[in-house]
Amino acid sequence: MAELSKTTTEREPILQVRNLVKHFPLTQGILFKKQVGAVKAVDGVSFDLYQGETLGIVGESGCGKSTVAKLLMNLERATAGEVFYKGQDITKLSGRALKAVRRNIQMVFQDPYTSLNPRMTVGDIIGETFEIHPEVAPKGDRRRKVQELLDVVPDLGLYINRYPHQFSGGQRQRIGIARGLALNPEIIICDEPVSALDVSVQAQVINLMEKLQDEFNLSYIFIAHDLSIVRHISDRVGVMYLGKMAEIGTDAQIYDHPTHPYTQALLSAVPVPDPEVRESRERIILTGDVPSPANPPSGCRFRTRCWKAQDKCSTEEPLLAVPERFKGQDTLAAHDSACHFAEEKAILAV
Amino acid sequence: MLRDNISKQDEGGGVTTSEILSVAETGGGTAVPLLEVDNLQVEFKTRDGVAKAVNGVSYSVSAGETLAVLGESGSGKSVTAQAIMGILDSPPGRIAGGEVRFHGRDILKMSDEERRKLRGDKMAMIFQDALSSLNPVYSVGDQLGEMFRVHRGMSKKDSKAKAIELMDRVKIPAAKARVGDYPHQFSGGMRQRIMIAMALALEPDLIIADEPTTALDVTVQAQVMDLLAELQREMNMGLILITHDLGVVADVADKIAVMYAGRIVETAPVHEIYKRPSHPYTRGLLDSIPRLDQKGQELYAIKGLPPNLLRIPTGCAFSPRCPKVQDICRTEIPVLHPVTEQDGTELPGRGSACHFWKDQIHG
Repeated sequence: MAELSKTTTEREPILQVRNLVKHFPLTQGILFKKQVGAVKAVDGVSFDLYQGETLGIVGESGCGKSTVAKLLMNLERATAGEVFYKGQDITKLSGRALKAVRRNIQMVFQDPYTSLNPRMTVGDIIGETFEIHPEVAPKGDRRRKVQELLDVVPDLGLYINRYPHQFSGGQRQRIGIARGLALNPEIIICDEPVSALDVSVQAQVINLMEKLQDEFNLSYIFIAHDLSIVRHISDRVGVMYLGKMAEIGTDAQIYDHPTHPYTQALLSAVPVPDPEVRESRERIILTGDVPSPANPPSGCRFRTRCWKAQDKCSTEEPLLAVPERFKGQDTLAAHDSACHFAEEKAILAV
Repeated sequence: MLRDNISKQDEGGGVTTSEILSVAETGGGTAVPLLEVDNLQVEFKTRDGVAKAVNGVSYSVSAGETLAVLGESGSGKSVTAQAIMGILDSPPGRIAGGEVRFHGRDILKMSDEERRKLRGDKMAMIFQDALSSLNPVYSVGDQLGEMFRVHRGMSKKDSKAKAIELMDRVKIPAAKARVGDYPHQFSGGMRQRIMIAMALALEPDLIIADEPTTALDVTVQAQVMDLLAELQREMNMGLILITHDLGVVADVADKIAVMYAGRIVETAPVHEIYKRPSHPYTRGLLDSIPRLDQKGQELYAIKGLPPNLLRIPTGCAFSPRCPKVQDICRTEIPVLHPVTEQDGTELPGRGSACHFWKDQIHG
């Protein structure tokens, strides 16, 4: 696991995730419930997050990326593993100690329509955070604090007394971001923050997020399935498949020199809006669907859809590490990849 | 009447929108296009007034051709499709004018019974969300077979055999074993295949696919899109592909119509629109996609928001957001001008509803 931090600088990570596991029990029976299995939503995920950086996490639906987000907030209790925030394991915290940590780790949700209370005004939605954490803003000062926050976010400043339904999707997402900023956190976890928005509005929100990052020295965990947006905003990118991290590295390492076959397939499938580029590139079309996380394949989880799969892949689970053949080499291919047969393949980047 | 108005505004020697669109047809001989939408207008009555969701849209599709209709939410792209299919929610929706000619006949004038016979048989639709478009309490075999029982009067046994054949055709593994399964037992990609199978069941002439892959993962998206394109080629159907994603359409479409606030703002063959857009809105959409060389820079963003359909801006609807706006844009609605090269050479199939299309494409 120490391999993880090698690719980046020797800075102290602000968040260290180690072997994080979340299994949701599958039960049978009504009165006497017995556990008959488990959905292995997250099954041993490790990564670091550094101050001021953006870590993108990509993967298909059901790969566990949103569960990771909830585990980092301790909204779900981890089955096993640790999440260290400044050396403190937050998976073990509860009550007052947990509340104190959560002040510094905030979240922006995907759907701006359901994550804002329709019966509260914008001012109250953002002000509510100060009710829970009164130490951040004394009572008489709250209204001013809220107004300050709304002024930071474009075209919201005048609307402190409006209700969520009076805003467009893009504006609502900005309200969500303003709420995330209210407590002056160090880390913001963004779970698909722009995927519900129209193309022309997505760019506005991404620009705002980048501006705020510079202004407040925020660290982002940016979860999304749109690979071109993730590349634009991220310093490092992790690719998840069926509860595991398949590959992780800097954006150039992952997009220009992917070594895991799943990453290669994912990148080749991205719809590129230029017909000429599309015709000149090789597309890897995976067969079949993602297997069920309740009953994942043995060994490498990707082997059922992989064109390189061999016997070894079904018996031995590949570990996330720099592949043997690239070790010690000065190439961008030398980054963590969980594949027995990791190799470079020319993929036209997104 | 409304059509006259549009022609009158166009005094600079322009042509009406339908004429431009028919230019694209010249390559395909003189045959009547499969579907012609001509100056279609759709309104919705709401508590706050009349929302003009579709405001004079014209396009055409020939057999074997794919038209991509591109637009953001509220642009009227789906409402146009609903009007063509005859599944518009009315009231509050109402077709306020225009014609939809299918094989040369205006289907808006047909009786409900006639249209019901067309639907499913001659024209079919694929929806975005397969889970909510399939009936959860019937097996997929029942639902696929229903097409044959209702439209072809087949027996239960024959229709089941047909259902299995269809499931094979859309590459659902072990079709025979799965024909009795219910929608929730299939994955998202498989459900969308079943939707495609259902649309193709009676070998219609026209398929309208409304965001068919938006709810799917990228790797599955590619599979489903390829399947759809393959079947379309095989059966020589006309396909209208409605989407908001510039990337999805690039492979499969022959021509593109870009919609904004209920109007078509640009039409072009698919290759050309990416290279040389002739409308500032299209340009803006293309520019706001993150590109590799922009890493670390601010993304280009179209300022403002798509307009409220109850209060569409006067003149060009895009004018409040347009970086090149001039006085004339705020007062005069631009018609879809035919786009030409600088020396006047015609560009077949290209049109732009911008007063300053010349600056946009040549400037």
